[in-house]
Amino acid sequence: MKKFKYSEITPEEIYKNRRSFIKSIGLGASSLAISTIPFSNKSFANDRDKLTSYKDITTYNNYYEFGTSKSDPYRNSQIFKTTPWEISIEGEVEKPIKLSMEEISEMFVSEERIYRLRCVEGWSMVIPWMGFSLSELLSKVNPTNKAKFVEFESVYDPAQMKGQRYPVLNWPYNEGLRIDEAMHPLTTVVTGLYGKKLPNQNGAPFRIFIPWKYGFKSAKAIVKIKFVENMPTSSWMWASPREYGFYSNVNPNVDHPRWSQATERIIGEGVWAPRVKTLMFNGYGDEVASLYTGMDLKKYF
Amino acid sequence: MKKYLKPGVFILSSIPFLIISYKIFLNKLGPEPVKEITHFTGEWTLIFICLTLSMSPLKRFTKLTVWISFRRTLGLFVFFYATLHLLTYVGLDYRFSWSPILDDVVKKKYIFIGFAAWLLLLPLAITSSQKMVLLLKNNWKKLHRLIYLIAIFGSLHYIWLSKTIFFRPLVYLIIILVLLALRIKIKNRNINYG
Repeated sequence: MKKFKYSEITPEEIYKNRRSFIKSIGLGASSLAISTIPFSNKSFANDRDKLTSYKDITTYNNYYEFGTSKSDPYRNSQIFKTTPWEISIEGEVEKPIKLSMEEISEMFVSEERIYRLRCVEGWSMVIPWMGFSLSELLSKVNPTNKAKFVEFESVYDPAQMKGQRYPVLNWPYNEGLRIDEAMHPLTTVVTGLYGKKLPNQNGAPFRIFIPWKYGFKSAKAIVKIKFVENMPTSSWMWASPREYGFYSNVNPNVDHPRWSQATERIIGEGVWAPRVKTLMFNGYGDEVASLYTGMDLKKYF
Repeated sequence: MKKYLKPGVFILSSIPFLIISYKIFLNKLGPEPVKEITHFTGEWTLIFICLTLSMSPLKRFTKLTVWISFRRTLGLFVFFYATLHLLTYVGLDYRFSWSPILDDVVKKKYIFIGFAAWLLLLPLAITSSQKMVLLLKNNWKKLHRLIYLIAIFGSLHYIWLSKTIFFRPLVYLIIILVLLALRIKIKNRNINYG
């Protein structure tokens, strides 16, 4: 599994020194000119794996239930009630179950998992999540042989979630994975970040994270996990089937109709930092490419 | 009093530029600074388009000709902010790497129409001087009607790039359509009056 530890990441201090060195060369045009020289771009190469700051991770979010601007989720989610919380696992399973968050945290041990998050809008972060593989949870129920896909339904609570009072998306938020994608060890149930409890604006109390897919596939505040026979239609597919496919794997070769996916901006890098090349499957190709052998990823985007 | 009005408009129009420069150099643009600059300069371009288009209706309603004397300054600020917007995208965001930029222009309709709008602004900026007005005579007026098309292109550019929420871009489109509709009325009346 591709994971890197805190110690392997450029410490914030060294990073800051490097940054101030670049700044000291000269502000404005000169540092712009420097970074257009291919060689000097190397000074940015390591930044790709540097942890995004806790502040940026927790104040720059796409979570339309709490509003459509990036700062809305932080502002509007602080009073959101996450206890009690129950997750129902149902559908094409032999024995459907309902688990409370307390039961889940007793049953599974969370570990630190540092993954890159690539948003479909063309930016990325590196986040030290806390969590465990979704497969551990899903193995508690026995899917019937009809089960081919897993559907995730997020909470519907317009009283607490301002954004749900407007028909921005067809609420509740809905996402889905093929069963082998859901069972892949990289597919994570997230319970925290930076060693702390998961903040509301990041999807508390129960969200998933699929590192090789665009961020919107990783549904937040999940209440229902349903095994189904047919491919579910996600909220974004409903909103615009031409723009958002079911798979939505990070793929620099398949453009979104409105923006290129070849490159991305790293959050927190500052105004003079260049874009970096987006990696196939967000850099997790070694682990997940085999899930898609023989598939035309331009067609199944 | 009157002689201070035009410099006043110039100074007021530079304020957004001063704000964004201040934010860039003091690093106050948040986690995605390039996007902030792009959105900021883009939105101010649209605001200046609306202001430019408001001058002749204002003259009509207030019966004061002074409004018309601001039009050139405001129009040149449209070009100024549009150029900053374009430079942010081409230079700061894409580092003048032409192949992905050309790819965007051809494939993405919002970039195509935005780029087209900027190209249409060029002849207007070039012919903005008093000399050119005299030189081009009646053609100058015809040429400068391009701003109507540019305004519509600009608002479509904003609508097409929006993800799901069209509220803000729609507000600009509506304002621009109203400002254009006011002109149609003026024309009809002129015809009625013979």
